[in-house]
Amino acid sequence: MKSEIISLQEVTFTYTEEEKNIRPAVDNVSFTIYEGEWVAIVGHNGSGKSTLARLMNGLLFPQKGTVRIFGETLNEQNLWETRSQMGMVFQNPDNQFVGATVQDDVAFALENNGIPFEEMVERVQQSIEKVNMSSFMNSEPHHLSGGQKQRVAIAGAIALQPRILLLDEATSMLDPQGREEVLSIVRKLREETDLTVISITHDLEEALLADRIIMMNQGEKYAVGSPEEIFLRGQELVDLGLDLPFAMNVSRLLRDQGIELVAEHMSEEELVNDLWTSHFNK
Amino acid sequence: MDITLQQVSYAYAKNTPFEKRALFDVNLDIPSGSYQAIIGHTGSGKSTVLQHLNALLKPTEGSIKIGDVLVKADQKNKHLRKVRQKVGIVFQFPEHQLFDETVLKDIMFGPMNFGVPAEEAKSRAIELSRLLGLPEEVLEKSPFDLSGGQMRRVAIAGVLAMNPEVLVLDEPTAGLDPRGRKEIMDLFYRLHQEKGLTTVLVTHSMEDAARYADRIAIMHDGKCVLEGTPQEIFENEERLLDYRLELPQCVKFQKKVEQMMGKKLPTICLTEEKLAEELARLMKEEREV
Ligand SMILES: Nc1ncnc2c1ncn2[C@@H]1O[C@H](COP(=O)(O)OP(=O)(O)OP(=O)(O)O)[C@@H](O)[C@H]1O
Ligand SMILES: Nc1ncnc2c1ncn2[C@@H]1O[C@H](COP(=O)(O)OP(=O)(O)OP(=O)(O)O)[C@@H](O)[C@H]1O
Ligand SMILES: [Mg+2]
Ligand SMILES: [Mg+2]
Repeated sequence: MKSEIISLQEVTFTYTEEEKNIRPAVDNVSFTIYEGEWVAIVGHNGSGKSTLARLMNGLLFPQKGTVRIFGETLNEQNLWETRSQMGMVFQNPDNQFVGATVQDDVAFALENNGIPFEEMVERVQQSIEKVNMSSFMNSEPHHLSGGQKQRVAIAGAIALQPRILLLDEATSMLDPQGREEVLSIVRKLREETDLTVISITHDLEEALLADRIIMMNQGEKYAVGSPEEIFLRGQELVDLGLDLPFAMNVSRLLRDQGIELVAEHMSEEELVNDLWTSHFNK
Repeated sequence: MDITLQQVSYAYAKNTPFEKRALFDVNLDIPSGSYQAIIGHTGSGKSTVLQHLNALLKPTEGSIKIGDVLVKADQKNKHLRKVRQKVGIVFQFPEHQLFDETVLKDIMFGPMNFGVPAEEAKSRAIELSRLLGLPEEVLEKSPFDLSGGQMRRVAIAGVLAMNPEVLVLDEPTAGLDPRGRKEIMDLFYRLHQEKGLTTVLVTHSMEDAARYADRIAIMHDGKCVLEGTPQEIFENEERLLDYRLELPQCVKFQKKVEQMMGKKLPTICLTEEKLAEELARLMKEEREV
């Protein structure tokens, strides 16, 4: 078994403590994430996903329960040390830009971490290159297109060479190829290092790539499991505001049309094979 | 209200060392009552085009006709208020259009600013927030103390509350959960059909462009390089790849199935429903021969 990297124990967080009738944004949530895992967090709007992210990187502290990172309870003292090993991309990249230019912005966290100048320059260049933003090195981050902002935010997170990469809908404004590029950057980093990836997403095709999915509902942890385990719940997920992977949706429509299939399929390949063996290869 | 872009070019920070040309000679015709999608890779100029549609940006060269108002480079125009009332824009980042103390006030602001009595503005706001699936308890909260998807819903409600004639949507589903995505896209479509709302949708979802639009324009490096019906746009994969775009997922899937069967379906299926229908028809035919 891999070693624990992040662990939440009975964590509860409410934004407005004085109002007792408001449901906590995160309600008694526990889970453990292991080193090298890729975990997707899914759930309806307002289900508590971004709040979880803020609790994991110490922007917020829980009123109840504990958040443990690298085996230590997260507190004001070890906060900075922890953050230096956690690359985070926020849901709205405008909220995380601090530099006046793209390269300053990407360099900022490295400077804070005391990375030597020459190494810093190299890392900054490399990460900006990885996200295809080299021709924007001196642009102001706030004056970029939506997708370009997301790319810069991602460059900033990977330049840190973190142990944990925490992505909050980091590809929501990228074109399909851009999304694919980011996923392959992440995949590559995972091959090279023991990077742990936590990705909050509404893109269920992306969630399908994860090792495990944590599903949130109204502030509570609703389910945890492999993508297969989660998506085989079928209609139940749809009722909670989610959707099913493309291949499952198409399978449903095919069945509605009276086309029989031998099993439930998550991937397009499986579905095509099933169509082939049960209908065409006769 | 017809909208026509004629040879529009635009440069950000013109005549400064930071000048950045974003649009080159863009021509686009959006007839009244149509549903126009605009697709294109990151940074291709989509949001820049959209901000011209209600004269938030004015062309540095060329002109735009919005209804009977002509917007040209370096020309003052007194009719912009009228334009802004009729053309509602949902921005790419909802934070850019939220500002009021509470969600309710934020949604009421637009209509009241254009003379709608408070009572009416309020009932519109409440109805819209319900329609957009906002939980009731958020109405008295600050719009900035919301989740990303909730902010998006407030921004959309604020624009719909103005009863615009033209609805301009910049990635309106980014950040919405899958159900919200579907419900809100269907809501826009219903408004488009029932009220004849001219709709302009910028999206990275080839699926949404294929499903909802009458016509699709492709932006590439600041130029409008292709315009046509969804069928026309998605019939040529090579060309899309040149513009760094892709086929909608169901068309990609259709191709895989066709390859497996060694046989083509009669049309490009732009939705999953259509694809299932066509496959069922084909299998029935196969059985009968
Ligand atoms: N800064 C804040 N102040 C007060 N309440 C907040 C704040 N941020 C979020 N909330 C509330 O906490 C709950 C959880 O919000 P959170 O942002 O964690 O949801 P989410 O799962 O990330 O949603 P989304 O998919 O829309 O991004 C929501 O009901 C939201 O209104
Ligand atoms: N405020 C600004 N100042 C300077 N340049 C800008 C500004 N806004 C956008 N740009 C530049 O203009 C070009 C077009 O940007 P635009 O926002 O129109 O792209 P887009 O097609 O909407 O992209 P995305 O899909 O990423 O949102 C980009 O290269 C961008 O960097
Ligand atoms: Mg969120
Ligand atoms: Mg844009």
